[in-house]
Amino acid sequence: MSDEYILEMRNICKEFPGVKALNNVNFKVKKGEIHCLVGENGAGKSTLMKVLSGVWKYGTYTGDIVLNGEIQQFRSIADSENKGIAIIYQELALFPELSVYENIFMGHEIMRNHSIDWNETIIQAQKYLEKVRLKVNPAAAVKTLNTGKQQLVEIAKALSKNCSLLIFDEPTSSLNEDDSENLLNIMRELKEQGITCIMISHKLREVTAIADTITVLRDGSTICSLDAATDDISEANIIKNMVGRTIDDIYPKRTEKHISDIMFEVRNLSAEDRATGRQILKDVSFNVRRGEIVGLQGLMGAGRTECALAVFGNPYKYKITSGDVWIDGERVNFKTPKQAIKKGLAYVSEDRKGNGLVLIQDVRYNISIANLEELIKRVSIDDNKEIGVANQYRKEINIKTPTVAQKVGNLSGGNQQKVQIAKWLFSHPKVLILDEPTRGIDVGAKYEIYSIMNELVAQGMSIIMISSELPEVLGMSDRLYVMSEGRITGELPIEEATEEKVMKMAISA
Amino acid sequence: MGKSQSTAADIALGYDDESRSGGKTMAAFKELITLIKTNATSYMMYFALVVIMLVFQIWTDGKFFTAQNITNLFNQAAYVAVLAIGMTLILILKHIDLSCGYVAGLSGAVAAIMMEKMGVNVWIAMLAVLLMGLAIGFYQGTLVTKFGIPAFITTLAGMFIFRGLLTRSLAKSGTIIVTDETFKAMCQGFIPDIPGNTTGVHIVTMIIACIAVAAFVWFQVRSRRNKEKYDFPVVSLSIFITGCIAVSVVILFAAWMLAINKGIPISACIVGVILAGYAFMLSKTKLGRHIYGIGGNDQAAELSGVDVKKVTLFAFCSMSVLAAVAGFLYTSRLSSATPTAGLAFEMDAIASSYIGGTAVSGGIGKVTNAIIGTFVIMSLTNGMNLMSIDISYQYIVKGIIFIIAVAFDVKSRKK
Ligand SMILES: Nc1ncnc2c1ncn2[C@@H]1O[C@H](COP(=O)(O)OP(=O)(O)OP(=O)(O)O)[C@@H](O)[C@H]1O
Ligand SMILES: [Mg+2]
Repeated sequence: MSDEYILEMRNICKEFPGVKALNNVNFKVKKGEIHCLVGENGAGKSTLMKVLSGVWKYGTYTGDIVLNGEIQQFRSIADSENKGIAIIYQELALFPELSVYENIFMGHEIMRNHSIDWNETIIQAQKYLEKVRLKVNPAAAVKTLNTGKQQLVEIAKALSKNCSLLIFDEPTSSLNEDDSENLLNIMRELKEQGITCIMISHKLREVTAIADTITVLRDGSTICSLDAATDDISEANIIKNMVGRTIDDIYPKRTEKHISDIMFEVRNLSAEDRATGRQILKDVSFNVRRGEIVGLQGLMGAGRTECALAVFGNPYKYKITSGDVWIDGERVNFKTPKQAIKKGLAYVSEDRKGNGLVLIQDVRYNISIANLEELIKRVSIDDNKEIGVANQYRKEINIKTPTVAQKVGNLSGGNQQKVQIAKWLFSHPKVLILDEPTRGIDVGAKYEIYSIMNELVAQGMSIIMISSELPEVLGMSDRLYVMSEGRITGELPIEEATEEKVMKMAISA
Repeated sequence: MGKSQSTAADIALGYDDESRSGGKTMAAFKELITLIKTNATSYMMYFALVVIMLVFQIWTDGKFFTAQNITNLFNQAAYVAVLAIGMTLILILKHIDLSCGYVAGLSGAVAAIMMEKMGVNVWIAMLAVLLMGLAIGFYQGTLVTKFGIPAFITTLAGMFIFRGLLTRSLAKSGTIIVTDETFKAMCQGFIPDIPGNTTGVHIVTMIIACIAVAAFVWFQVRSRRNKEKYDFPVVSLSIFITGCIAVSVVILFAAWMLAINKGIPISACIVGVILAGYAFMLSKTKLGRHIYGIGGNDQAAELSGVDVKKVTLFAFCSMSVLAAVAGFLYTSRLSSATPTAGLAFEMDAIASSYIGGTAVSGGIGKVTNAIIGTFVIMSLTNGMNLMSIDISYQYIVKGIIFIIAVAFDVKSRKK
């Protein structure tokens, strides 16, 4: 073959029990390009990259990986790293307590006379930090950096291993606009230095902006490879290839609105972090009406998640210094999530792996866990009813899984998110708090989730949507609040909300 | 997904239609291999149990599988089994209880003192000691949940304290001989037979065994049917039938051994009732679901409305109450309370639970399997005792088997 391609994956097949995750995938990446991999949730994108990086080792899949013209047989991640492949997962794999430089050289420390040469390490670390345009003290602990910066540390780490092929699995899904834009710029710079990048993303706007080539996967097969220079890479065309049909409206319209009395209200809520004494929430007040979707917009770290958690039974034990929560005309200052759930509050977490799901348990377990009472017949849980409920949600919101007995940890990211949503729908809440509900979710599924939201409010539910994606908030809410540094900095009816106004409020202190 | 026409089970086991044409036996064999590969841990313990028992049968010149010794094994294993059940809950929750051995020892001693020295009625004495167990569990559970002291530390301290209390309580009297017949019957007695049976075979035992086999098969078939109904992965019919027959034969064989001796020991009944209760609780009730949830991801459990502290406190209370029961069983078997009772009980219990497949990282485990683990550990004890192997070697051998089991478990779960 010509050496135009750095990587060719030929006829890759990979099966899991009950799932053909990859079915004869062909995937070619040109040297020095930015290659985007898109497809629906569960299409096999992450699996393909795991095959490439040696997570699924040689022999557990069929087909050939050809790197720089040579067939590779990776038996571990270390093998693929040696050949210059580095992968940056969505869940960052850094050591939060260690410093930036320690993290960068973790696993390939710079040695001198059998001991680590820390001076050289710091000098080298600085060099790589410059490459990713990160201005932090290399001695700072990683946990003190925000997600965007941590990601840059990950990239610096990859670069320090001399990689020539860098893989990003949904790198921007937990970044705000600025950080995302910054990341894309870094990728462009890397490209100039001759490093090839593969990026998986559900954010098609970014994909069309940055990609040289776009490969679309659907149901474990390659659908097409679009060249940015010659082919039609409009979002509409990508979507058509991804889902096999066209989607006209990204945000489904509600036919009629029945917004009535106030259902849920927070008054003058202030809270502090016990450990550091930092004020997380300052005098926060907002309300939601029956049948209304209220957006809670703000930059990452503005305190929206903390606010939701403080209201939802305060599981992380912030010190609440003032404030009241009212639900349906009743004052309810929940002490535990259990009380909150009982009174009809539900919280879909932004961190599904951390505190949203029990990954080692199966789909039905995770769907039923918050509302087992409903499944109890005499003294024990009614299996048939439980499976019935799980199957019903599986169908309704289209969770892609062979059966509901599948471990949630084995599902693709987007489908895990749907399981989380199903869990809270089954708890039949009056007020549903959705924290980044569409993170990592494909366009088709986003539409489904929006439709579900509309259906729920039509039935009289109240929804609070926390989202960093401004277009989504603007497209779905009836009213929105903007938060900045633990304070509500503005409230806007949707008719008056524009991107500019919201952004201005979001950065005002 | 699921484009091929084969059943979920076939896909689950990773073989396609081609391998089927190779003949039924071949397919079944291949399936068996994949099954063993994918469920290595759970099969490992059965395998270990069979090997250990057979090896001892050979080494002891056939003394292992005698009616007397099998009865003995049941009585010997009873207290460890009870501890292992409680320990499994604790380990699923990612905690540990090092104190349960001496809590058991202390419980036996206190019961003996009350009955023999103070003349308290046996039932009242046992009730009082169970309440003492509850109090101990409450104390340790509170330290762990409310004060956030790691269970390892809390129960290590408990180990010191209860060991001291045990020695103290028997300091004046020395070993106390238990004479109460009811109490002794717990781990020495047998269930009654029908009157006038002269066959030499305990008939009630065999009837119970048959009922047990019937119930086992019925439950298996029902659960398989249910799984098929929902397209859940199931093993192929031939393997399913083989498995059912194997278990039934083992039950009947064990029962026969007991029946030609004196019948089912009362200790086995006590363990059976506790086991059934806990197995039901873990798999079928809200509490059980919550326990697995906390072990799997405590933050997610809490946010799903699980009262993490209350459930954890419950587990510690249950552990110490079961430790009291274990103490009764041990004291009953020896007919005496001694200051050394309780030494290394917790190690046997922890080892049983891990050998029975409880995950070292928590969130996974079954009490029924912990009992199999108990039989592995206690067969070792029993067999080595038969061979009069010194206790020091016994510890070494048990330790090696234990670490192999856990290493195997950790390795097979990584995949
Ligand atoms: N370890 C596993 N065991 C069983 N099935 C798995 C495993 N990993 C992935 N799968 C299945 O393989 C399919 C492809 O998953 P993959 O994670 O590659 O999807 P994806 O394209 O990355 O989706 P997403 O956009 O949601 O992240 C899914 O149906 C998933 O359930
Ligand atoms: Mg993925």
